[in-house]
Amino acid sequence: MIRKVRPHVNQNEPLLFERSSPGKRGYQLPPLDVPPVDPSTALGAQNTRAEIADFPEVSEVEAIRHFTRLSTHNYAIDLGLYPLGSCTMKYNPRVNEHVARIEGLAWAHPYQPESLSQGIMEIMATLEQMLAEITGMDAVTLQPAAGAHGEFTGILMVRALLESQGHPRKKLLIPDSAHGTNPATASMAGYAVENIKSNALGMIDVDALERAVDEDVAALMLTNPNTLGIFEEHITRIAEILHAKGAQLYVDGANMNALVGIARPGDFGADVMHLNLHKTFSTPHGGGGPGSGPVAVKRHLTPFLPKPRLSRVETRWSWNYDLPQSIGRVRAFYGNVGMHIRALAYIMAHGGDGLRNATLDAVLNSNYLRVLLAPYYDLPHQSPTLHECVFSDARQAKRGVRTGDIAKRLIDYGFHPYTVSFPLIVPGAMMIEPTETEGKAELDLFVDALISIAREIEETPDLVLTAPHDTRTSRVDEVAAARKPVLRWKPAK
Amino acid sequence: MYPQDLHYTKQHEWVRLAGDIGVIGITDYAQQELGDVVYVDLPRVGTKVERGKTMGSVESVKAVSDIYSPVSGEVIEINDALATAPEKLNESPHGDGWLVKIRLSAADEIQGLLSASDYEKYVAEETGH
Amino acid sequence: MLQALGVGSLEDLFAHLPQEVRLNRPLNIPRGKSEYEIVDYFQARGDECAGGYDSFLGAGVYRHYRPVLVDTVVARSEFLTSYTPYQAEISQGTLTTIFEFQTMICQLTGMEVANASMYDGSTAVPEAALMAMRLTGRSRILVARTVHPEYREVLATYARHQGMPVLEIDYARASGALDATDLEKKIDDQTAAVIIQSPNFFGIVEDVRTAAEIAHRHGALLIFVFSEAVSLGVLEPPRDADIVAGELQSFAISPSYGGPFAGILATKEKFMRQMPGRIVGETKDTRGNRAFCLTLAAREQHIRRERATSNICTNQALVALMATVFMTVYGKQGLRELAEQNLAKAHYLAGKLPLRFTGPYFNEFVVSTNAPEAINKSLLEKKIIGGLRLDRYYPELENTLLLCATEMSRRENMDLVAEAFQ
Repeated sequence: MIRKVRPHVNQNEPLLFERSSPGKRGYQLPPLDVPPVDPSTALGAQNTRAEIADFPEVSEVEAIRHFTRLSTHNYAIDLGLYPLGSCTMKYNPRVNEHVARIEGLAWAHPYQPESLSQGIMEIMATLEQMLAEITGMDAVTLQPAAGAHGEFTGILMVRALLESQGHPRKKLLIPDSAHGTNPATASMAGYAVENIKSNALGMIDVDALERAVDEDVAALMLTNPNTLGIFEEHITRIAEILHAKGAQLYVDGANMNALVGIARPGDFGADVMHLNLHKTFSTPHGGGGPGSGPVAVKRHLTPFLPKPRLSRVETRWSWNYDLPQSIGRVRAFYGNVGMHIRALAYIMAHGGDGLRNATLDAVLNSNYLRVLLAPYYDLPHQSPTLHECVFSDARQAKRGVRTGDIAKRLIDYGFHPYTVSFPLIVPGAMMIEPTETEGKAELDLFVDALISIAREIEETPDLVLTAPHDTRTSRVDEVAAARKPVLRWKPAK
Repeated sequence: MYPQDLHYTKQHEWVRLAGDIGVIGITDYAQQELGDVVYVDLPRVGTKVERGKTMGSVESVKAVSDIYSPVSGEVIEINDALATAPEKLNESPHGDGWLVKIRLSAADEIQGLLSASDYEKYVAEETGH
Repeated sequence: MLQALGVGSLEDLFAHLPQEVRLNRPLNIPRGKSEYEIVDYFQARGDECAGGYDSFLGAGVYRHYRPVLVDTVVARSEFLTSYTPYQAEISQGTLTTIFEFQTMICQLTGMEVANASMYDGSTAVPEAALMAMRLTGRSRILVARTVHPEYREVLATYARHQGMPVLEIDYARASGALDATDLEKKIDDQTAAVIIQSPNFFGIVEDVRTAAEIAHRHGALLIFVFSEAVSLGVLEPPRDADIVAGELQSFAISPSYGGPFAGILATKEKFMRQMPGRIVGETKDTRGNRAFCLTLAAREQHIRRERATSNICTNQALVALMATVFMTVYGKQGLRELAEQNLAKAHYLAGKLPLRFTGPYFNEFVVSTNAPEAINKSLLEKKIIGGLRLDRYYPELENTLLLCATEMSRRENMDLVAEAFQ
């Protein structure tokens, strides 16, 4: 029985180009207070365009209705739970949006005089300090634009360190449970990838690791807790093995929501790590971005940080470019400062105790779901889990129903699906992370939904196989979209 | 189930020999594992390929699989039909869904490949079917 | 809930962590603040910045009016707090707007396909270069010195580990545009791509056609870069380019001290499968209705892993949406009128000043002066931020300032700027 939602009729809305008609306008510019200039004369006729062919023309009312109607075709955190593993879909505090729009901050130009930028530099410096404290590391760069970008930055720094010691080495070790960005990053940084298998407990096989670490290994890229939600209990030993051979430990901080205030990667051997401000630190996902991927390092890696670095000169903040060993820039300007503002507001609102409590609640919520769902869905790993856990569709697959189908049926129950088919080491994976945002009521509705679906699979599997039923769009044909890609609107001939 | 006249590899490719020309494809097991094929990335005609090395890939919506050449030689023809109709690979993996034709440079490499019954046994062990 | 778990306290949930990794003290972070205190703090920081100042800085970050509708739309919960549209059935809002975005980028740039955005213009450049490497099988990259200096720095960082040698092409000292002779000299049959920016960092409009002809004659690709998107309202798009990499910050994305912004990558259809980043495609659902979904995912990191076209996971969805709303509000006529206003304002101011270069310019220009520091200082006293000193990037241009005027520049302030140069 579906308790959380009832179907709702929302409006059709065509594309802007289909609404468009010549002469409609949604803007009004003030009259020029200087003489007009003829483009062909100023730029050259060959440089002047005739028009922007087929570009839309709609009125303001049509514009606002267009986007408002389209927005109602989306699910969102503000509507309910997103149990997506490793995404940490927590509440996006609205005060963050407000403070990011304060004029002096929102309109700051990266090249304006430092004397007029102290406020915003203070914000960035404060965030750096707080992130260093949370991670137990010595220095932070806020430059990377997203998690994957942070990984790239961190691995480049490892490379620079090893090069300074005479030999960059050849490969990175990456667990088979890792997020796809990890091996992709390795390639971009010029390293080969060697996979490390997870054991039956869902953790890294430490003996296998010891055999694999030689002088060709630059680093191990580890997520802790890993993508199964399991804390790598031998992490200290893992760090020792790596350091004994001069290799580095890179920690992918995507799962920090399980550790803030409880344990710090810097304390358990991390040399370099990245954070995802759009996960642990509440900045909004916005339909897919922007994010921000600060990187934190231990002292021995600080010379290689991207330039420039924020530094204190007497009583002022200043950008320091005098960093001869820096890896250089990984993007123009200083970072996604708008997201730094939001993340700092989040940290300030919680305070040290609040951040720790959030972690406790996140882990509580995940374990609550685990215990209530375990009688109905296969749990391949018995080890304790923290903020997320991974089930598999093994039982349901016997009835021909897979994790993707269950996910689609969850939509009819009013929820966004969990993470489907990841991590790859669990066939038919169902990866669930509720975050601390959810209260018992929403979690109970979620559990009821999955239990009900388990029953449907026994009795009427077809209902699940053809889901979703109550959405504006039924299952979309992804195969056709990939076979015959149509990536833009075109006018009818 | 698997045509007797083909030779197979553990990477789920097959070869149909005609003189010193080998027609290469992927097996029915491989196409089932992949799901609906959306795109096939083939080497250019004239490319030299080496046994056991990758020579292209097959994509479904959710996965990519490398194609390893079962034999060494030169690519003399590719199956253009797959560019507009990649579904042929799912529909007829051992026939119309062929990938490339290779002029073999080392005919004795065929000895190292599996027969249809050996391949069937191998698949059964791998998957428990 | 604890009862359901059979544990006595929340702390028990961490009991399995080894003692040596546990943090045994509270985090050294001040107590949690109320909303009022937080707003107060950030307002105070904002007051320490340049609020209330006018500015003539451009150099890759532009001051353009942000229509109110932009923030109204992105404040919608369903846009702000939604996730990446992997589940198409409940993400048609995001997917539809991205499809429209991709279309409008193609219309603006003259390309055939565009992705759903890159982190920013500066990182779109190396991604385009890597794409050209994959497409041509060659590795040398030629980049104009007049491409934004920080974009070139980012290119260098990425290139260092990809076996991608990067050479710079000089500019002609009189015109401020790309030196085509230098390009002819340096290009060879190992060149994967030539990268030019227009308007370039000096604000000069480049001869894209000639650069493309030279590149293509040698079998190399032409990568066209832009950092001032408003210029596309009046400038002929780079139809001869093979890949376009650009920055959309001008389209209602707040300067915000340098980010978050939204980059774009656009190209010809035949190169589509080598383009990194998310892409939205049109399809149907099981009932035959039009629907949109993420597609061509096999290029991406979550499937191809170490052989992905890039490691990029995120796109800049929310800021790209700001740009989409901006483009919708202005529309075909508005973008043209906006560009023409920028042209008029800049030419008015430039007309009163000694220009360093003779080439055609849009809304930015380089002024010759032997007192750049003093001029900027006197303008600051009038609460005007002047131009950018170029010698930090181009030592040969020490007696210059780079100035930008937009539709937001008022005549009175432009007159004050002109006076300061006397």
